[in-house]
Amino acid sequence: MTNTIADIELSDVILVTGSNTTENHPVLSTFIKRAALKGKTVIVVDPRKIKLTEHAQKWLRPNPGTDIAWINGLMNVIIEENLQNDQFIKGRTEGFEEMAAVVKKYTPSYVEEITGIPANEIIETARLFATADKASICYCMGITQHTCGTDNVKSLANLSMLCGHLGKPGGGVNPLRGQNNVQGACDMGGLPNVFTAYQKVDDPTVIKRYETAWDVSGLSPKPGLAVTEMIHKAEKGEFKSLYIIGENPLVSDPDLNHAEKAFKNLEFLVVQDIFLTETAQMADVVLPSFCFAEKDGTFSNTERRVQRVRKAVEAPGFTREDWRITCDIANKMGANMHYNSAKDIFEEIRKLTPSYAGITWDRIETKGIHWPCPTIDHPGTPILHTAQFTRGKGLFHAIDHQPPAELPDADYPYILTTGRVIYHYHTGSMTMKSDGLNKMSPECFVEISPNDAAKLNIDDGEMVEVFSRRGKIKAKLAISHKAVDGTIFIPFHFAQAAANRLTNSKLDPVAKIPEFKVCAITIKKAA
Amino acid sequence: MTKENIITIDNKEFAFEPGETILEVARRNDIFIPTLCHLKGTTPTGACRICVVDVKGARDLVPSCAYPASNGMIVKSESPAVIKARKNIIQLMLASGNHNCAIRQFEPDEWTQFHLKVLKEDNYNELCPVWGDCQLQDLAYRYQVITKALPVSDSKYPMETVNPFIIRDFSRCILCGRCVQACREIQVNNAIDFGYRGAKAKIVAGADVALKDSDCVFCGECVQVCPVGALVPKETFENKKRFEKSKKVRTTCSYCGVGCQMDLTVQDNKIVEINGAEDAEPNHGSLCVKGRYGYNFVASPERLTTPLIKKDGKFQEATWGQAFELVASKFMEIKSKYGADSMGVLTSARVTNEDNYIAQKFTRSVLKTNNIDHCARL
Repeated sequence: MTNTIADIELSDVILVTGSNTTENHPVLSTFIKRAALKGKTVIVVDPRKIKLTEHAQKWLRPNPGTDIAWINGLMNVIIEENLQNDQFIKGRTEGFEEMAAVVKKYTPSYVEEITGIPANEIIETARLFATADKASICYCMGITQHTCGTDNVKSLANLSMLCGHLGKPGGGVNPLRGQNNVQGACDMGGLPNVFTAYQKVDDPTVIKRYETAWDVSGLSPKPGLAVTEMIHKAEKGEFKSLYIIGENPLVSDPDLNHAEKAFKNLEFLVVQDIFLTETAQMADVVLPSFCFAEKDGTFSNTERRVQRVRKAVEAPGFTREDWRITCDIANKMGANMHYNSAKDIFEEIRKLTPSYAGITWDRIETKGIHWPCPTIDHPGTPILHTAQFTRGKGLFHAIDHQPPAELPDADYPYILTTGRVIYHYHTGSMTMKSDGLNKMSPECFVEISPNDAAKLNIDDGEMVEVFSRRGKIKAKLAISHKAVDGTIFIPFHFAQAAANRLTNSKLDPVAKIPEFKVCAITIKKAA
Repeated sequence: MTKENIITIDNKEFAFEPGETILEVARRNDIFIPTLCHLKGTTPTGACRICVVDVKGARDLVPSCAYPASNGMIVKSESPAVIKARKNIIQLMLASGNHNCAIRQFEPDEWTQFHLKVLKEDNYNELCPVWGDCQLQDLAYRYQVITKALPVSDSKYPMETVNPFIIRDFSRCILCGRCVQACREIQVNNAIDFGYRGAKAKIVAGADVALKDSDCVFCGECVQVCPVGALVPKETFENKKRFEKSKKVRTTCSYCGVGCQMDLTVQDNKIVEINGAEDAEPNHGSLCVKGRYGYNFVASPERLTTPLIKKDGKFQEATWGQAFELVASKFMEIKSKYGADSMGVLTSARVTNEDNYIAQKFTRSVLKTNNIDHCARL
């Protein structure tokens, strides 16, 4: 997030898109709902009639996979009506002309054709957003999980810059991170192209710094593979071993039938986890680790706040901390990775991670600090880009609408979009151990609109089979007013009826994120 | 601060900001004023009147939670009239329902004896599940309220136990309305409200249905703010938990990326309850159903407890020594046979920064490849 969670309540207009906030970030959603209660304007742009629409002044319902079009449409109106923030554009950005040239053709009526959002709604929303004193954008995987996910995000940044809603309280472009420490995993260099704090692996100066600090030589200057690429390669037999720490790709990855084949092709699979997950069951070696309540350490939340994790209970059996297991493997292979505690590791992180350099465990004992925090007396940075952007000037990107990789046709006439429910978390390895949560959400369901259900002549609660070009699953039909005609929603949590047997593994070329939010399916009553 | 904004509480002068209530000024200056219905961040309702204070010149005692401070105002926080009023309110509350926390039956000097007896026997059937952790009980003790002479009221409504998380015991509800404020103004789930009138008043979900059939999403905010034993986590109730034997540990929630701060109540090496940390950003006490009630996985019997090595398609328990030997030798073999770039590591958005840092250090400096990633995209 460019801004903080608390900042959301300061906004006059909050645009929420591609985020089912009340189910996936329930506590964050309270900030949005409270803002609405206090008379602030909430605008939801989402193909499903999610719970948050009940709190919204406006709900725009785009066809799945048409985000660039509606965002360009808003910008078209803003520029046509001269509502843009000229001072911000002139002083803090570049590339406006090129962007404006592309946006010109996205008139409200053209956008209505692509997105299905009525032209007058585009116009009204554009005015609301542009004329607000402070407007924030909150988005999540409904924006990113597309083959054009990167361009979707850039489009939102365009929109915010156009109105000068960045770099101040109550504004910002705010991705809501889904997992407790997904921000931290990225910050720590758990990515194929960067070390900690996004320092490039192919930068010779950076390599030298790490070789010196780690007392090693020969670090690879070649950016590595993203998980989705590793799996594609494994399927072709070009990838030999995987060491998986605390992840369950055999439920969470797209096109599972292919992913399973890829995993079988591996020569050696090590899985380190707290449970014998679907993925762990395929491993050659399983290493048992601590869960969060047994560990000391830090997590970095969606607002870049580094916070303490504290040991509350003793771990069971012969389990060990994740970092200790990894260090032991490393040392067995001849390395020299010895630490007494997680705190020692954090001290090493500080030395190599400029944005964390000023953060110590003592400083975050009672209250977390937002990175970047370069020095020990720096208060942290709750709001990014207040004076300038990371690259200096904010760059407008000229982006055209691109349709999803797979659209409905005669054989597969419905769009499938996947997501989550409030009572479960990711692949359910934790939440499905709770009887209460299981009682509230016992099994997979296929959410369909009343019209589509009538057309198919299937009743609520009946078992259906859902097919895509890649696989099939069987689950209960759930008729819901949340659903749009022509679009089916299935939560991906449930291994028994894994929605990811159906999904498309086509990737965004930059972020390598799969297109979970759109693929073509067909549906019929189970035999 | 201008000279205009001065209020006198208990003979001491305090500056205040225009718009601050008497209660806020008092709290800021460590002056005790009890509250039951007051909930920070929500509209004051003045429903319970336990916070009344004596304001010089006012006709009646005034509820300090809803009464703005004004210049020259002279306040007594615990005058004889205030104490009398509070005793009266507490007495009526205790008499209104099933508050068998010992104050009812005993004179003050007998109370300690009963306290010790209950601790020894720890019997829930006799006692309220929040005994020892109840704001009404604390106040009854502070003001030494005896309700021996008052009749015991039967509950007008049966206990609701049909959802997996929350026990609603209407016999202990004092109708302070904090739960309603929490649901409507903090979580904004609008699941519960006041229903019926007068003596039949009740906190209802929807059109007086069970919570599970209402808009409730079991965030548990109402349970956390309930000052008495009307709303209790089902597990606490069933496990007969006593706070005396437990410790609290502040940590960060391990579900979504919001990073809620929470206090784990731990007893006998088990998490027995989780509450949102009220004094901490970003959540100020709020949690969701997963964060508050989804902790069973920690002590699950399905946890892995020992390394496993697969032999002929079946897992066999192994020692760490055997596991490390096998993993290290296989990694080295594959690296020399196919090259480092045929190997990869998936680190995790679930583990700590320290765990992640070590995973990438291992991948880059030991395996010597940049094939490291995690499920940020999934």
